Amino acid sequence: MTKRLQTRFEALAKKNRAGLVTFITAGDPSPEISLEILNGLPEAGADIIELGMPFSDPMADGPAIQLSSQRALNNGASMIKTLEMVGSFREKEDETPIILMGYFNPIYRYGSQEFLNDAVAIGVDGLIIVDLPPEEDDELCHACLTAGLNWIRLTTPTSDNSRLSSILKNSSGFVYHVAITGITGTRSAEIQELESTVKRIRSQTLLPIAVGFGVKSQSQVREIGRFADAVVVGSALVNTVKSALEENLTKQQIGLKVHEFVSELATGLR
Amino acid sequence: MNSAAPITDSYRSGPDDSGHFGIFGGRFVAETLMPLILEVNQAWQKYRHDERYLADIRYYAEHYVGRPSPLYFARRLTNHLGGAKIYFKRDELNHTGSHKINNTLGQILLARRMNKRRIIAETGAGQHGVAAATVCALFDLPCVVYMGETDIERQAPNVFRMKLLGTEVVPVTSGTATLKDAMNEALRDWVANVEDTFYIIGTCAGPHPYPEMVREFQSVIGRETREQIMQWENRLPDVLIACIGGGSNAMGLFHPFLDDPSVEIIGVEAGGLGIETGQHAASLSGGLPGVLHGNRTYLLQNSDGQIRDAHSISAGLDYPGIGPEHSWLYEQERIEYVSVTDQEALEAFQVCCRTEGIIPALEPSHALAHVFKLAPSMSKEQIIVMNMCGRGDKDVFTVAEALGEKL
Repeated sequence: MTKRLQTRFEALAKKNRAGLVTFITAGDPSPEISLEILNGLPEAGADIIELGMPFSDPMADGPAIQLSSQRALNNGASMIKTLEMVGSFREKEDETPIILMGYFNPIYRYGSQEFLNDAVAIGVDGLIIVDLPPEEDDELCHACLTAGLNWIRLTTPTSDNSRLSSILKNSSGFVYHVAITGITGTRSAEIQELESTVKRIRSQTLLPIAVGFGVKSQSQVREIGRFADAVVVGSALVNTVKSALEENLTKQQIGLKVHEFVSELATGLR
Repeated sequence: MNSAAPITDSYRSGPDDSGHFGIFGGRFVAETLMPLILEVNQAWQKYRHDERYLADIRYYAEHYVGRPSPLYFARRLTNHLGGAKIYFKRDELNHTGSHKINNTLGQILLARRMNKRRIIAETGAGQHGVAAATVCALFDLPCVVYMGETDIERQAPNVFRMKLLGTEVVPVTSGTATLKDAMNEALRDWVANVEDTFYIIGTCAGPHPYPEMVREFQSVIGRETREQIMQWENRLPDVLIACIGGGSNAMGLFHPFLDDPSVEIIGVEAGGLGIETGQHAASLSGGLPGVLHGNRTYLLQNSDGQIRDAHSISAGLDYPGIGPEHSWLYEQERIEYVSVTDQEALEAFQVCCRTEGIIPALEPSHALAHVFKLAPSMSKEQIIVMNMCGRGDKDVFTVAEALGEKL
């Protein structure tokens, strides 16, 4: 198993703070700008990077991430380019864990085993595949763990205790808790309810728990960081990319804008 | 049929308990939806053999939909083609004008038993949307139909029909703003409204149990056909032909005949401008296996696994996937799948209007175009049954435009 995730969570535990997971879509809005954004994330305060693999039909995502996928695909994004982007990042940075998030079809087309081999070789640390629930993930889950990549499963407010145990069974790296019943970038969770759900999950696993969906601001990051091990921000970041684009900023300026926002979020955990 | 039955040498025993037809089918949905899908399946397995539930369906099918639909001997068309005898299964005579209501009726009666208070649906051409809106009006349940903005423009009469029936039609602008995006949007709605909402999927695709459930509701077409052809001919037909978008009308006609080796079965996909142009909706002839909308099946996609847009003159066939059971039957080679172009369908449409006085929908016009190719080469004693799954009123604007006429 790649060690970056475990090392990072151990370091965070020592510092006694939750980690910031930043989501961006690979290749959004273009390969160059996306790489510029990616490269500056650790310095800006991202503890873990979640990189979206663009898909034409992202059924669990809200408008912000849908549009970011479209921007990326319109500018030539592909699975190979996503992996190459991780490769470029790894040339300079070998500590920050990178998780690829996406849907199964592009991986299936690529060839599941080939994809896993390529991903681990180029420096990926784990996968989150939204449309592979435990009932359907046999063909990728075990191969993924064998290849040395973390298999990160999702828990949701609709996961009762019996589902939780089957979800947690083959999870590794961390557990990604979806805070709301809904799609990314829409409503936000009730904090108290969320906290009790996280408690319930924690009673069943030793893995760190990250919380995402509907987390948009520094104050939300701070609140959730009090009881979760990591907080995921996605749609708010890709919306920053979108608004920067609308202002016709340069590559460096877009990168700067995203990094400033990440720093602001990171402050909520420090 | 018991869903727990093992896969035997029958073509009719699938899916298995987890919804797989060989490698196809399944439940590829986000975790948030899994408990709901399981709940739908639990209710479906509980009621599918329940006598009162089935009696309810039969009551509305007879008195509201107008079943059984006739099996009609198309004498003039038979003479015109000069070969096999051609029968139409007249599901276009159903209330709302297509086979779609067979399915929405079954699903809404299930939703009521599950105490769901809100219905959502996706639609492409609007036929399923209208059928869903109709049963929602009948049972007084609020209904939201997702429809791609592109489709809203080209199917204005059906959009207004849904509104008249009290349904809210939500334009979908994401992706390519067509049927596949409408289905994505309906799934997103469902994820966000898990407590009270039932999703009525319009074709035999989606996560288990939908492919099985829709097939069972549509199989009334094939069951009636079996009885009716025995009355007409005292034997089974030689060939069954139906058009395929998602494949529900075809599955409905075909399924009761799958284990009759003497019956040749042909599914007709929409070839659009021709398979070689890439502008088509033929998932089997021009696609590859993949995962979308909760199931593994053949899909139109590029080498990177991105879903490609379908093209067909018929909005109802304009879908980049196909029901998983069709994918399985294709690989089993039990059913032959062919394709027919926009142009061929358009020609068959016109001939049907003039020889039989039936204005067919553009969807079954594809099936008809294949009948035109096949019938002349068959003997006069042989029998073809074609599913006339929808009427063409909705298509007159599209056809007028294709023929260069101004209305």
